[in-house]
Amino acid sequence: MKYRNRLYQLMGCTFLSAALLGANANAADKVTFVSQGGAWQDAQTVAILDPITEQYGIEIMQDSAPDAWPMIKTQGTTGQAVWDVVDTPPLNCVRGGQQGLIEEIDYAKVPNASSMPDAYKTPYSVAYEFYSSVLAYNKDSLEKVPTNWVDFWDVENFPGKRALRNHPLATLEAALLADGVAPDALYPLDVDRAFAKLEEIKPYITTWWTSGGQSAQLLFDGEVDMLMMWNGRVSAAVEAGANAGMSYDQGILQSTHLCMIKDSPNPEAAVKFLNAAISPDLQANLPLHIDYGPGNPAAFDTGKISEEIAKTLPSYPENAAKQAMMSYEWWASEKGEAAERRWLEFMQQ
Amino acid sequence: MSTLTIPSTESTTAAVDPSVKLLKREQRTMLMLLSPALAVVTLLLVVPLGWLFIQSFYSDGFTLEHYARIFTEGIYWKTFALTFKISIIVTIAALLLGYPVAYAITRLPRRWSMIVLAVVIVPFWTSILVRAYAWLVLLQRSGVVNDSLMAIGLTDKPLSLVHNELGTIIATVHILLPFMVLPLYSTMQKIPKDLLMAGSSLGASPFMVFWRVFFPMSMSGVIAGSTLVFVLCLGFYITPELMGGGRTVMASMLVSRNIQLYSDWGAASAVSVVLLVCVVLIFNIVSRFVPLEKILGSK
Repeated sequence: MKYRNRLYQLMGCTFLSAALLGANANAADKVTFVSQGGAWQDAQTVAILDPITEQYGIEIMQDSAPDAWPMIKTQGTTGQAVWDVVDTPPLNCVRGGQQGLIEEIDYAKVPNASSMPDAYKTPYSVAYEFYSSVLAYNKDSLEKVPTNWVDFWDVENFPGKRALRNHPLATLEAALLADGVAPDALYPLDVDRAFAKLEEIKPYITTWWTSGGQSAQLLFDGEVDMLMMWNGRVSAAVEAGANAGMSYDQGILQSTHLCMIKDSPNPEAAVKFLNAAISPDLQANLPLHIDYGPGNPAAFDTGKISEEIAKTLPSYPENAAKQAMMSYEWWASEKGEAAERRWLEFMQQ
Repeated sequence: MSTLTIPSTESTTAAVDPSVKLLKREQRTMLMLLSPALAVVTLLLVVPLGWLFIQSFYSDGFTLEHYARIFTEGIYWKTFALTFKISIIVTIAALLLGYPVAYAITRLPRRWSMIVLAVVIVPFWTSILVRAYAWLVLLQRSGVVNDSLMAIGLTDKPLSLVHNELGTIIATVHILLPFMVLPLYSTMQKIPKDLLMAGSSLGASPFMVFWRVFFPMSMSGVIAGSTLVFVLCLGFYITPELMGGGRTVMASMLVSRNIQLYSDWGAASAVSVVLLVCVVLIFNIVSRFVPLEKILGSK
């Protein structure tokens, strides 16, 4: 790993001296930034990462990991960090922070976070982008479409085949919302009540999906009439020709966060990068390239995001108000982990 | 391996007898020829399995907690019971479907038998993932099977053929069928036709000839094919994951869930070890009745 660092340094130096003959070489900060690959990484490269290099002079080395947790754990426990900043579900940041693998954020050095609501921050991470677990439905097969989880659970007035995700995250929240719990009173989750409510709907669930692609297939092929999905997947299915719709009402607002690896190679540049990545101006570029909402709501005030696009985003204030914000801190807690383990038992009964 | 052992000779005679010298040299050559394969097997199979075994006892020091969990929590029992249940059903179904096919291949004229054999083997070369998705397209609510059934009026509502145990079993039987047909075919082919003719000439009806002569002689093929299918089915992962609708949790899926749930290799390793022990036990019991080489397809 050390060798690799040296290699990066060497490469960096060579490029710099070639490009900036005579210029001030000290100005070059660099970070290794990790996201999840695919269309999402491509979009943020154009929207956020390239502009950061341009405007702040931070050289960014990109890496990607669909599941960053094992790498965070390995780098933290061996003391050989190669990553600086990671874009990952906040569950990993909080859990990593509690285990001493993730750096605590000194918010005095991150002024751009001050305009963000407290719910968008943890001691170890800040929101980077938003997506939502929403109720999607097939407009072809349903005469009356459901608009929230109460309707989804109402099998008499809303007949049809149903699907949910084969994972407790967001599913337990949906069950409690269907049972009449207010969105802002969800946490700590009443796990027993949620599972009892899920037992009610279980006989009517045709499929418990495991991947986002599978959920899109279920909707697209008309295999089920209503299901929980991620909003980006619904809009992709609609774009591909599915006659489908979705509702943000009682959706569960989720996000990925930025966090910094403890004792990373470039700690100072990491903080600068983190602050720049959540600046309202750059965050406002995000929805122009992909169907995700900016992590910093101040982006909506920049005038860059048209009203038309803004209204479709999960974190648009009007949409966010209808939804429940997922508490990753609760899911990282012991009770959250216990609920996750209980899921397997629930599925097999 | 057994071909390598030579009859033991006294060392004093070995020094003088040139034929023994030759034999020894041949043995060395054989060992050298074998060593790349042995190295690969050791590196890629023995070492990881040993590592797996050690890890199943590890969680910040030696522990039995992973095994304790398997033997105390109900879900593990349920998963193993379901895995065995599905494997038994799949084996029986594959045998009932595969036996007539293998029988037909041995009795048909050579040209036809080659065609039938090809039909059995060709799907074998297609990816398991592709075949699972193909079954999904056929069996789903608006799939080919349900649409046809409704069109001819056999049913007025689509049947639930997939996203459950039934879908898992259908696809698994299809994928494992060649593993049943091939050992059956290789056994049946070796049954001398004279014996069947002798039976007929002694006045037995065709059914009696089949039941008293042919079937008992094909028994080793039945056991070999059934064992292969059963054991392969125990470790199936992709098919139940795609066809089971999330409710059909088999042992291999428990291995992957355990990694996600406990972010600890030990918990998953323990499940793998228990599954492996089951497989070894089954092979061990079966090998008392049929020699192991026969199950694995050699003559």
